[in-house]
Amino acid sequence: MSSYEAVIGLEVHAQLSTESKMFCACSTSAGSPPNTNICPVCTGQPGTLPVVNRRAIEMAIKAGLALGCKIERRSIFARKNYFYPDLPKGYQISQYEFPLCLGGGVTISTEGGKKTISLIRIHLEEDAGKLLHDYGHPDMSHVDFNRCGVPLIEIVSGPDMRSPKEAGDYLRTLRNVLVYLDVCEGNLQEGNFRCDANVSIRPVGRKEFGTRTEMKNLNSFKAVERSIAYEIERQTKVLESGGTVSQETRLWNDVAGRTESMRSKEEAHDYRYFPDPDLLPLIVEEDWIARTRSGLPELAGAKAERFVSNYEIPRADALVLTDDRALADYFEAVIASGAPARKAANWITAELMREIKDDERGIAACPIAPANLAGLIKLIEEGKISGKIGKDVFEMMFKTGRAAAEIVAELGVEQISDSSAIESAVDKIIAENPKQVEQYRGGKTAVLAYFVGQVMKATKGQANPQMLNDILKKKLET
Amino acid sequence: MTAAQLSSMLREREISSLELTKAYLDEIQRRDKKLNCYVLQCPELALEQASRADERLAKKDSLTPFTGLPIALKDIFITQGVETTCASKILKGYIPPYDGNAASRLKAAGAVLLGKLNMDEFAMGSSNEFSSFGPVKNPWNQECTPGGSSGGSAAAVAAGLAPIALGTDTGGSIRQPAAFCGTVGLKPTYGRVSRYGVIAFASSLDQVGPIAQDVRDCAMMLGAIAGHDPMDSTSIETPVPDYVAALKGDVKGKTIGVPAEYFVSGIDTEVESAVRAAAKTLEGLGARVVEISLPHTKYALACYYIIAPAEASANLARYDGIRFGHRASGNHDLADLFKASRTEGFGAEVALRIVVGTYVLSSGYYDAYYLKAQKVRTLIKNDFLEAFKSCDAILAPVTPTPPFKLGEKTDDPIQMYLNDIFTIPVNLAGLPGMSLPCGVTGSGLPIGMQLIGKPLDEAGLMNIAYAYEQATAWHKNIPVF
Ligand SMILES: [Zn+2]
Repeated sequence: MSSYEAVIGLEVHAQLSTESKMFCACSTSAGSPPNTNICPVCTGQPGTLPVVNRRAIEMAIKAGLALGCKIERRSIFARKNYFYPDLPKGYQISQYEFPLCLGGGVTISTEGGKKTISLIRIHLEEDAGKLLHDYGHPDMSHVDFNRCGVPLIEIVSGPDMRSPKEAGDYLRTLRNVLVYLDVCEGNLQEGNFRCDANVSIRPVGRKEFGTRTEMKNLNSFKAVERSIAYEIERQTKVLESGGTVSQETRLWNDVAGRTESMRSKEEAHDYRYFPDPDLLPLIVEEDWIARTRSGLPELAGAKAERFVSNYEIPRADALVLTDDRALADYFEAVIASGAPARKAANWITAELMREIKDDERGIAACPIAPANLAGLIKLIEEGKISGKIGKDVFEMMFKTGRAAAEIVAELGVEQISDSSAIESAVDKIIAENPKQVEQYRGGKTAVLAYFVGQVMKATKGQANPQMLNDILKKKLET
Repeated sequence: MTAAQLSSMLREREISSLELTKAYLDEIQRRDKKLNCYVLQCPELALEQASRADERLAKKDSLTPFTGLPIALKDIFITQGVETTCASKILKGYIPPYDGNAASRLKAAGAVLLGKLNMDEFAMGSSNEFSSFGPVKNPWNQECTPGGSSGGSAAAVAAGLAPIALGTDTGGSIRQPAAFCGTVGLKPTYGRVSRYGVIAFASSLDQVGPIAQDVRDCAMMLGAIAGHDPMDSTSIETPVPDYVAALKGDVKGKTIGVPAEYFVSGIDTEVESAVRAAAKTLEGLGARVVEISLPHTKYALACYYIIAPAEASANLARYDGIRFGHRASGNHDLADLFKASRTEGFGAEVALRIVVGTYVLSSGYYDAYYLKAQKVRTLIKNDFLEAFKSCDAILAPVTPTPPFKLGEKTDDPIQMYLNDIFTIPVNLAGLPGMSLPCGVTGSGLPIGMQLIGKPLDEAGLMNIAYAYEQATAWHKNIPVF
């Protein structure tokens, strides 16, 4: 067992879902051809000036309120100076000394119960452009400024996480809050929810932090957890072999499954932050905060409580369903299509979740429309198909996206609820198995299962199990 | 002839805009070789704008005082489709894709753009000698500097090569050249005129203003360019008064403060006596002249030479050779490409200020320099606000000396910087300040006086200037060259 403890803090960059950019009127839509969502302002033409997008401020306030932060009445935009081709002004407008939100926290569940990961701050900033290599010319790089100036919030956690799992849970919870608030799409692959991890280790029991490394290029929740696990192990080996961890930025190589040194502390930039003289201090009036607060949507916790009391589903199911806003919406859509809530919750938390559990897209990866799932549940409820067949139909629905009734009709697996049909099947089996009948009548009632199996086999599993049971018992006992 | 006179001739159809524009273009062709005021002439565009203005004048279609009037802009103003270089090699060939606020307001008013005027590179200089296009000469004496950085603007207006022009003033760049060339220059309150489309030098200090033949022209131009602009977050929303109508010429009951700190040892005696005489003239017109104190004046220069370079170091970071302007040739890795493009593109004075600005913002020095300078700036601003409790406007010299010789101070940045010692505090305080002629030296060079006003009191300030102008004839002097 390792005698070291990991100390993990995360810095998250979340792209705000505004229509237009942070400081100009250009569209933020992704996927446009390079350099089509640009203007003199976001390409840093001489003489241009930034003007703050109030929608972005509002979204940041929303995030701050939902995460329990203190919203600062006065915050300041600062220039972060460095040269890079994707940064047209030669500085990024960010917030430094006086950010918009201070404090707050994110609560996660751990083996030892609930744990709150503290937040240090949330500040606003603009995104940079993107370098394109191999774009038509082998010896040249190109710059796409479409993303340049898109609003981001940077959410900085305290160094409160102690394991890769806690980091992953924090990240998932944080993502879910932002998605619930409609302020961020929360897609790691597409880069609108990005995470850098600071990791250090220290002997268990020591208060002082060890030297930390910062990890970049974490493009999935898995990459976050794997890279942290790797880094903890790497640092442990370094210390155990008598070495020292050096403060540096490391790049996660997802294919090789390791972190690689990117730049050392000595090479770190001096960003020469100073207040941006082109922008006045950002003043957030009390009533703006109050209005935003009253407009906050229902968050996961409140939604779970509502599910328990309105739909009378088990709390455990409610928690699972509300963990992801899209999943919760899916659940409610299934109910709206006529499915009983408990059944809907069951199907989603058991069958559906199993299918999508390895897919980071979550419920978006499910091809079954809510109405179709409701249709399947209805077929079972009405006894048209058995629960067992229902599971097979579900799997086919998941593969094809087709409606349940369609699949049932095509397979001819509709349940036999016609008592005369079941009776004749039962009569046939009883006639063929006199020995077992004798055993049953001799008191060995366990043999009933054998008869059920035989009849099911004969009816290709389509006999209504309840009716079959009743008919079997009646015939065997008379 | 003044811009206002030309404007009324245009309106009365005594002259067409095309005739007037041609006359100015001819004058520039013929006489600017001696002065080097223009870095770019745009005759084709000007003639096209003039003929469109003539149509408008004929139809009396939404006329403004600027419909058909030729104007010229310092090359710091972004003009769509017209090369804009800020007199720097690094922006050579840069054709802006948009019009700045000033350019588009004047365009909409029907003004005719004659061309772009010479200046110190990125407005960093006080003699117009730091220009990639070479120095401008003072029309009063071609061995002397016209002042800077708006040297081309002041010289062109003084020499009759433009009826009126726009300049920018970060530490005195309108007022000092206006004084050196015997013209009237106004730096409005910070935020009164939009900075959108003005190539930034020091964002918290830069302000746009007119350089004109007299106070009325100055008021006419301010009326055209002042007002809130949603594209500039620092622009002020207060309504714009009718500045021309406010020129009553009456200063009775006004109190004029004269700051003791502005008459320091080292000030030229001819300058001092001209400004003191101006005080007497104003007194004669019924104003009360009182001595005031601006105790933190002596820290202004140091404060300015921290804040301005700091802001400039970031403002000029966008000239990296990637998207526009000069890019070093040959194969470079990224860092070398930035370095080579910038080293080749920037002149020595600009490079010096970028280095100073980078230094004062560096980690470990920020508090000692930048933060301290901001605190001093507040003290300087408070000095003025305190002084304005006992006076309506302040009278002071514009510069410690009359126009100096070309080459005299280029090797000594401190001597050059000291030239702005009386203009810089006004920028730090964000106040309106103007310069107008108040005398001539023994060797025939103009002397200017400075009037400093309360925040947003351009109208009151220009009215005092107008009263003085009505009582004197200095502004009527015309250089022969
Ligand atoms: Zn844009």
